[in-house]
Amino acid sequence: MCLAIPGKVLETYEENGLPMGRIDFSGAQNTACLSYTPEAEVGSWVIVHAGFALQILNEEEAQASLKELTRLAAFMEADAVQEEGGPKS
Amino acid sequence: MSDAANMDGFSCPLPILEHDTVQLAHGAGGSLSADLIDKMIVPRFSNTVLDALEDQAVLTLPAGRVAFSTDTFVVSPLFFPGGDIGDLAINGTVNDVAMSGAEVIALSVGLVLEEGLPMADLHRVLCSMEAAAKKAGVKIVTGDTKVVGKGQGDGIYINTSGIGVVPEGLNLTASALQPGDRIILSGTLADHGMAVMTVREGLSFQSAVESDSAPLNGLVKAVLEACPNVRTFRDPTRGGAATTLNEFAQSSKVGIKLDETVIPVRPDVRGACEILGIDPLYVANEGKLICAVPAGEADAVLAAMQAHEFGADAVVIGEVVAEHPGIVAMRGALGAERIVDRPVGLQLPRIC
Amino acid sequence: MKYLDEYRDPALARRLLDEIQRTATQPWVIMEICGGQTHSILRNGIDQLLPETIELVHGPGCPVCVTPLETIDRALAIAARPEVIFTSFGDMLRVPGTRDDLFRVKSRGGDVRMVYSPLEAVHLARENPQREVVFLAVGFETTAPGNAMAIQQARAEGLENFSEIVSHVLVPPAMEAILSSPTNRVQGFLAAGHVCAIMGWKEYEPIAAKYGVPIVPTGFEPIDILDGILKTVQALEAGDATVHNAYLRAVKEQGNPAARTVVDAIYEVCDRKWRGIGTIPGSGLRIRDELAAFDAEKKFDVGGISTEEPAVCIAGEILQGLKKPDECPAFGKECTPTHPLGATMVSSEGACAAYFRYSRKGLS
Repeated sequence: MCLAIPGKVLETYEENGLPMGRIDFSGAQNTACLSYTPEAEVGSWVIVHAGFALQILNEEEAQASLKELTRLAAFMEADAVQEEGGPKS
Repeated sequence: MSDAANMDGFSCPLPILEHDTVQLAHGAGGSLSADLIDKMIVPRFSNTVLDALEDQAVLTLPAGRVAFSTDTFVVSPLFFPGGDIGDLAINGTVNDVAMSGAEVIALSVGLVLEEGLPMADLHRVLCSMEAAAKKAGVKIVTGDTKVVGKGQGDGIYINTSGIGVVPEGLNLTASALQPGDRIILSGTLADHGMAVMTVREGLSFQSAVESDSAPLNGLVKAVLEACPNVRTFRDPTRGGAATTLNEFAQSSKVGIKLDETVIPVRPDVRGACEILGIDPLYVANEGKLICAVPAGEADAVLAAMQAHEFGADAVVIGEVVAEHPGIVAMRGALGAERIVDRPVGLQLPRIC
Repeated sequence: MKYLDEYRDPALARRLLDEIQRTATQPWVIMEICGGQTHSILRNGIDQLLPETIELVHGPGCPVCVTPLETIDRALAIAARPEVIFTSFGDMLRVPGTRDDLFRVKSRGGDVRMVYSPLEAVHLARENPQREVVFLAVGFETTAPGNAMAIQQARAEGLENFSEIVSHVLVPPAMEAILSSPTNRVQGFLAAGHVCAIMGWKEYEPIAAKYGVPIVPTGFEPIDILDGILKTVQALEAGDATVHNAYLRAVKEQGNPAARTVVDAIYEVCDRKWRGIGTIPGSGLRIRDELAAFDAEKKFDVGGISTEEPAVCIAGEILQGLKKPDECPAFGKECTPTHPLGATMVSSEGACAAYFRYSRKGLS
């Protein structure tokens, strides 16, 4: 239901009394209202939906959960290799 | 191309006219019309055929079949990053004629101007048409200008028609694809459509995604020299690559299998597509071509393209198969296949 | 792109698929709530790659699909008024009402404009003081904060020419409606990650406990979705009917309280009719009475509009996960994205349109 894309805050400013950010999405820059992520600063990664930042992305959680998934994958790979009768070289 | 606007002031000075905006009388055939044509238009496109200002251009064509195409350009805004309606109008028709393998020879230009259009804007568009025609190596040999009332047009509409001559023995058609053929794309997708979209009112983009507007007749020629057995060329403009590939599959009654992982999209274009929820396969291009070639000649075609300024990012994106005739399928990064259908209606930004 | 590309890694996806297969010892029916997830699942072919034991059914999480026909017809009536600049997200422009859509209203001279942010609509109101700017505010909990901010901003600036047609819907009541249906098949949920970014996940705990289903807030990239499915299957196999957050980088337990404060100040909970499903108590948001000046349905008299759905369309059953799009007799025949009979075929994330676009059926 809700397309929201991660982008990096390049600049913060105020417009009509609202905190706004210029956000980079892989080289395409758009604006987003930062009212709901008041802690967002230049360099923060936010997730943007319909012109509003919904959350500041949590880098630590992102790294930790990716690491866990990758570890799981490596673990499974080791299992799979064992089932095939050891690594082929 | 895009640097046409920067030529104002030295190589392309704005002529001094009585009015600084377009008047209805500029299209009425009287002295203001003559003023506009003589001072603004003819100097830009000057050549012996056009300068004669006859009611028609009379051309002597080399032997071969004549390729003939027409296209009308309505784009808002008129100026966008990487181009404007002027170079688009030249490149669009040059490319349509060139896709037949023809040597592009001459263009006509029909201008519909809206009353009140700043002369400076018209001049900028004409300069960019001049530069684009020069770059493509084609002459503008006949033309027409009309003025419509304020509010009845969108600044400028441009129609261009083009003719070219197809060399003897060459017969390119979208119905000639054979199973085993390779599908080659000349570069990144979606640049033009996203360039226009990101400058649209209401989307609040801050950065310029640049259009790929470019003439492709030179690239076609280079490919044909490397591989005369090319089945067909087409430029994926409106409707994007998905539309072109569906046309290929349906005309030739073959299937096409694409590899999603190799389809090139510029990072900023991809970013803009992600934000707006738009699939680059459905977005317009104005400087790219897709061709089908026999498998054995794919490497030669790829090398010829990559050596050309408008084909540097060329890549084989898929192949023609006997299965699922008329349908384009694409294998994604995870290995699953999905259908790539024709687009439905306009590509609209979505929030969900 | 950072935070996207890592979550599209094919090798990791294959490992997750293997693990899902290994974990599932019996068939499970899992519903992804959000249309964005449906879109991603079909686009990436995740439904084809999953083991046969896992059946995904597509949920009602597409605001375009569930916006009632009456609301669309009222919107069309307002959009046709000469003093109105009618604004909408791109998604809603093609949605058919009883006889028309916004594009056709535009073709007859209506001033219909697409906006990306609701603040753009406020901007139009500021720039066009002599016109009435109306914004069609649809969406789930994710979109409500932005749409609420538009009214808060218009009020702060004293813009009397801005109003909204509000058709906001809420996820938890819809989940309860699905779970309490006698024909329910859903055993576990992938909750909508971006809804949870705003709402957090505490409100799902009572639902998980009451109906005995695991609920897993899930993101939208292939790895996110596979991770969400794996966590759901693990919970199902363990008989663990609780909430497990699989979208840690964007979803906090408490969600985004600042956003909810503004939503609560502008909107209040109401009963809401869902297109194809019917009225679900407490499942919508409407503008608070004291802000009636910003309520377009009150500002413009558009009452007395009655509507009729095409009889053949089974969008309601599809939205509840009871049927798949290709079980509909009209699918791909009378009903296509070019000539949609129901909203699930119109919206690009509607289950029918996604099936039509990506389905492998027809390839063989």
